[in-house]
Amino acid sequence: MYSGNIAMRDAFGDALAEIGAKDERIVVLTADLTDAIKVGKFKEQFPDRFYQMGIKESDMIGTAAGMAIDGQIPFTSTFAIFTASLANQAIRVNVAYNQANVKIATSHGGVCVGADGATHQAFEDVALMRMIPGMTIIVPCDANEAYKATVAAAKLDGPVYLRFGRIPTPVVTAASDPFEIGKARTIRGGKDVAIIAMGAMLPIALEAASTLAEEGIEANVVNMHTIKPLDEEEIIRNAKTCGCIVTVEEHTVLGGLGGAVAEVLAKNHPTPMGMVGVQDTFGESGEPQEILEKYHLTVADIIEQVRLVLKQKP
Amino acid sequence: MKQTRMQGNADLLKLQDLAQQLRRDTIRMIHHAGSGHIGGALGLADYMAALYGWAMAYDSDDIADPNRDRIVLSNGHTCSTWYAALARSGLIPLEELATHRKMGSRLQGHPARKSMPQFIETSSGPLGQGFPVANGIALSMKKRASNGRMYVILGDGELQEGQVWEAFMTSAHYKLDNVCAFINYNNIQIDGKVEDVMGIAPLAERISAFGWHVIQIDGHNMAAIVEALSEAAATKDKPTVIIGYTVMAKGVPFMEGQAKWHGTTPSDREAEQALEAVGTNGRYQDFPLPVKA
Repeated sequence: MYSGNIAMRDAFGDALAEIGAKDERIVVLTADLTDAIKVGKFKEQFPDRFYQMGIKESDMIGTAAGMAIDGQIPFTSTFAIFTASLANQAIRVNVAYNQANVKIATSHGGVCVGADGATHQAFEDVALMRMIPGMTIIVPCDANEAYKATVAAAKLDGPVYLRFGRIPTPVVTAASDPFEIGKARTIRGGKDVAIIAMGAMLPIALEAASTLAEEGIEANVVNMHTIKPLDEEEIIRNAKTCGCIVTVEEHTVLGGLGGAVAEVLAKNHPTPMGMVGVQDTFGESGEPQEILEKYHLTVADIIEQVRLVLKQKP
Repeated sequence: MKQTRMQGNADLLKLQDLAQQLRRDTIRMIHHAGSGHIGGALGLADYMAALYGWAMAYDSDDIADPNRDRIVLSNGHTCSTWYAALARSGLIPLEELATHRKMGSRLQGHPARKSMPQFIETSSGPLGQGFPVANGIALSMKKRASNGRMYVILGDGELQEGQVWEAFMTSAHYKLDNVCAFINYNNIQIDGKVEDVMGIAPLAERISAFGWHVIQIDGHNMAAIVEALSEAAATKDKPTVIIGYTVMAKGVPFMEGQAKWHGTTPSDREAEQALEAVGTNGRYQDFPLPVKA
């Protein structure tokens, strides 16, 4: 399917056109960002099922909920920052409380908007979505997974939040790899430390694991593509086999992947853990790579956290 | 019970009797519940009676009919009258009205879709948030080539929510002539007169400028309501709004037009006086209330 460096939003656009051809109920709504979130292909192929909603995201979400209630399978599409926080109330009441079958697709999650600066960098969207009952949250790690996640979301009956990246990122999963919502996957085996990563941080986590292996530290790298419902079993299993865990996310550590994993460990199997992620702060303008470095989201930061938790291992 | 959409000439007397009973039901429901929003609900009774007594297509034996007409009560707090209308139309049991706002009831304090998805298209209460869902259903009905109509009901204070104007844009942009909005314009909100709190006038001009067909009526005049609903159904290529000038708590003189009765519960004595003021007709009987222990 995809290889090399591909943006997840491109795969989303491809998948949408594909499933749109198979199911008449698939409709797409966008808020003036057709090309930015790559729904243009769907628009071209199915103009009658494409709804331009203008720059009014809450209205888009509410309208989508109505369409779902009447039997359609709507995908809303805009940036993460204009969704989880801006349209939070509409997502809460119109989508989740109604149990409406809306797929809330977002791009530009995390730091990848780069130069646009703090107003456009969604660091808290996953945390905001986690608190809404009945919401499924998927953060694919690459283009192949973004494609599969889109297909799987359409098949699931219920609200789904999808977070895609903007910039091309390495494809680390194979087209043939299985993808099941709520089922984490070990991408690299190891028993010294577990690195649980979500989204575009997974390739970076894999790089960290390779570097650690050169020193004889074998990391078990887990792709946590579904943040809710969380694969608790897999987290507990990793805690038991590795004895320490580091989470990695392009998101605030408050209430995101790190927070979610910590909740599971505290309740089930207290384990030394470290969190790589944004530390309760806003971002700023800069190239994505510069921002990753400044906000401690690099291979070196993962390795540092691994060394810390290894020392805490019982 | 089965009702065909706007069948024949409306029997105004019958609709007025229904509205009167909806008022009685509303007073008794809220009094029994010990809380609720009585003012707006009483003011909505006439319009609700016209919808369930004449305008809307529904069939209690085929509640999921994809061509049925729908209601979205965007100002969800006025739901007591709606629940009463559902019961008086044979869609839910009459005795159920006594459960309103109680633990485990389907008749939640604000409409909850999950408790009655066959009647409540969307949960509502947070103002401004029902309207977009109504548009979505209307868009989907158009896509399905269904002739179902969408009746969305809004409060006047609700129009202060910016999201309402987003929704006004959407219905006009997509030429949703299957959407008929009703504004329960009683000029009262919790903190006082709408024009004092945050003015919405000139309302007709504003909504008209958004591309809607606007009809202004006395929201308690049954003949005017019926005529407006017919005109809305006959209007093509644009949505219609009926601005209903109403009196909050209409039918109960000592409550009428007073902001206090937005959300105050009547005492035993006040409830008695209110029922007396509303009066009775031979067509209906009050729903049974459980005997107090």
